[in-house]
Amino acid sequence: MKRLPVRKTYKLFIGGAFPRSESGRTYEAEGQNVARASRKDVRDAVRAARAALPKWAGMTAYNRGQVLYRLAEMIETRSLEFADLSSGREEVERTVDRVVWYAGWADKLAQVLGSSNPVSGPYFNFTVPEPTGVVAVLAPEEPPLLGLVSRLVPVLTGGNTVVAVASETHPLAAIELAEALATSDVPGGTVNLLTGHADELAPWLASHMDVNALDVTGADGAAADLERAAADNVKRIVRGEPDTQSPWDIASFLEFKTVWHPVGQ
Amino acid sequence: MTVEWGLAPTPGDRDVVSMRERYGRFVGGGRLVDAESYSTGSPATEKPLAEVGQATAEEVQAAVLAAREAFENGWSGISASERAKYLFRIARILQERSREFAVLETLNGGKPIKESRDVDLPLAAAHFFYYAGWADKLEYAFPNRRPRPVGVAGQIIPWNFPLLMLAWKIAPALAAGNTVVLKPAETTPLSALLFADVLRQAELPAGVVNIVTGDGRTGAAIVQAEGVDKIAFTGSTEVGKAIQRELAGTGKKLTLELGGKAANIIFDDAALDQAVEGIVNGIYFNQGHVCCAGSRLLVQESIYEPVVEKLKRRLTTLRVGDPLDKNTDVGAINSKEQLARIQELVASGEQEGAEIYQPPCRLPEKGYWFAPTVFTNVAQSYRIAQEEIFAPVLSILTFRTPEVTVEKANNTPYGLSAGVWTEKGSRILWMAERLRAGVVWANTYNRFDPSSPFGGYKESGFGREGGRHGLEPYLQFDGSE
Repeated sequence: MKRLPVRKTYKLFIGGAFPRSESGRTYEAEGQNVARASRKDVRDAVRAARAALPKWAGMTAYNRGQVLYRLAEMIETRSLEFADLSSGREEVERTVDRVVWYAGWADKLAQVLGSSNPVSGPYFNFTVPEPTGVVAVLAPEEPPLLGLVSRLVPVLTGGNTVVAVASETHPLAAIELAEALATSDVPGGTVNLLTGHADELAPWLASHMDVNALDVTGADGAAADLERAAADNVKRIVRGEPDTQSPWDIASFLEFKTVWHPVGQ
Repeated sequence: MTVEWGLAPTPGDRDVVSMRERYGRFVGGGRLVDAESYSTGSPATEKPLAEVGQATAEEVQAAVLAAREAFENGWSGISASERAKYLFRIARILQERSREFAVLETLNGGKPIKESRDVDLPLAAAHFFYYAGWADKLEYAFPNRRPRPVGVAGQIIPWNFPLLMLAWKIAPALAAGNTVVLKPAETTPLSALLFADVLRQAELPAGVVNIVTGDGRTGAAIVQAEGVDKIAFTGSTEVGKAIQRELAGTGKKLTLELGGKAANIIFDDAALDQAVEGIVNGIYFNQGHVCCAGSRLLVQESIYEPVVEKLKRRLTTLRVGDPLDKNTDVGAINSKEQLARIQELVASGEQEGAEIYQPPCRLPEKGYWFAPTVFTNVAQSYRIAQEEIFAPVLSILTFRTPEVTVEKANNTPYGLSAGVWTEKGSRILWMAERLRAGVVWANTYNRFDPSSPFGGYKESGFGREGGRHGLEPYLQFDGSE
């Protein structure tokens, strides 16, 4: 008799755990019942991201780079699964290489983007990049894996924590990525992944007072309304591309802090 | 009791400024007559100085067209090194005419002449000089990105440092190759209008810089005008949010430099006399009309009494009065509206239970004045500890441990600046890492320099002005935004 395979229940990823949606709802995507996150799941995810921020932002840049490299390893070992859930092997390979590329950026940002400033007076003055805080990412619909990773990883590289809304039509790669994240050394809550209807979730993220920046790359026609709501707490708005790698994608989610100190005896 | 042995009055010579009775907007290289106008005066005397234009939406749109025309037909074709030379010229002319500008700034804005003379003017000239040098070196600032101007920049500036904020806006915009429509604040339009004369002397091509005056309606018209590629705004958080909403979905570039409620933190090992001078400079400089003013003083409990005592004693020596007098420390409040707002917030502080202290000082009868003020017994929840007052009003709170003071300092929607006073180097860096603010002054306060990036975290805005970072908002690049 043929063995009946054990199927996976597709759940959310919040605070390092895999809960069902508090609403108890699912929707059908790619032939599966996928969790349909609610406003309360958004709230929980933002809380988890805020709580995780001191640890992730406080790591040394070298350590953060190592953890991101570990994530690349975890994606590589799941290549077969990811290939099934994306456009194929090539997308997976490009994804892994992109994560490695960003991992190497973590401890170069301060040197490339920061400065020491020659002020006209007896002061030492320098400018350093710092993470913006909690970032909401609306992932593009496609490519399912590379699109999400291209928006998510530069945000992480700078030391931010994230609440990401996965591709609505192709969410399974995002859920697989959550499992890779959970088995990497990325601390729980650093990345929170929600599946569901983007038009239900995005407005809550855009207007949330504890979210500091909003990536509207996957927002399509809704971007104007979301950007308007985001002004309530002066969120940084990023309109990116679904398939790029650039240090400026990291810089979009950084603040610059300038420190002055007198020079004297 | 007033200090009776003080210095004799030394009223400055206001005749170095020859003002016209009426100023129209400066558009396309010429001064035009506005359909509507209003009177601008001196907040120290309530006397009118000149009649200036209240530009309408149509007039603003025409100014934007002039800027667009100048951008397409000429300015963007001029070589970068020639562009630099125009900026160098502007810097030099500002230096040459600095006395005139300083007096005008003080007349129209109410700030002490020693500040407009020693801070506003030198820094404004320095900004043009600094960015002049960048104009033909952009490829070195942004390697592999092919930096190009964005086009027409709409710029809206506040009344606290009128000419300096103009320099912060115009210098990087022109260095990057853009053209400009700028609106000075409603209450302080005169230095920007006189600046048009500097542009004429520098022979800057017509339409590269256009200056329109008016109230918030004129500002809104700039934000809504067709053909503006980038908006730069410095002002209140409330208006900044309205601008961000207005631009939602348009894809126009935006930078905002908004309000603040900075913590100035004193540890028990700080050099107290220096720290007290830093507190005074932090909140009474420019009547506290400073977005990065150190308006919340956090004092470590063990030194609370000596710090408050020294501070109160120092306040009695501050000279409040005629801004044109070179010995004046605290000048006039910028406007009647601002004075009313200060009075309302100060009254709320007393009602909520804070204890008020003001040194004995005679305020002039005419004009808008507010004595230097200190509040003790302040809880974090009081409005005077939460809201930006933009006034010579200091709220004092206490703390015990570094962890707690970081929490208190960051307990605000703002994040523009912060101050730390301690002799312990490792603690300075520990604090600097944790304070969520764009500028951290350690053992100093309210220092500015054209090479030093300035701007906020959180609801204090986004984007930086000053330094290499200050060029970026005025450029577009290959690859990404």
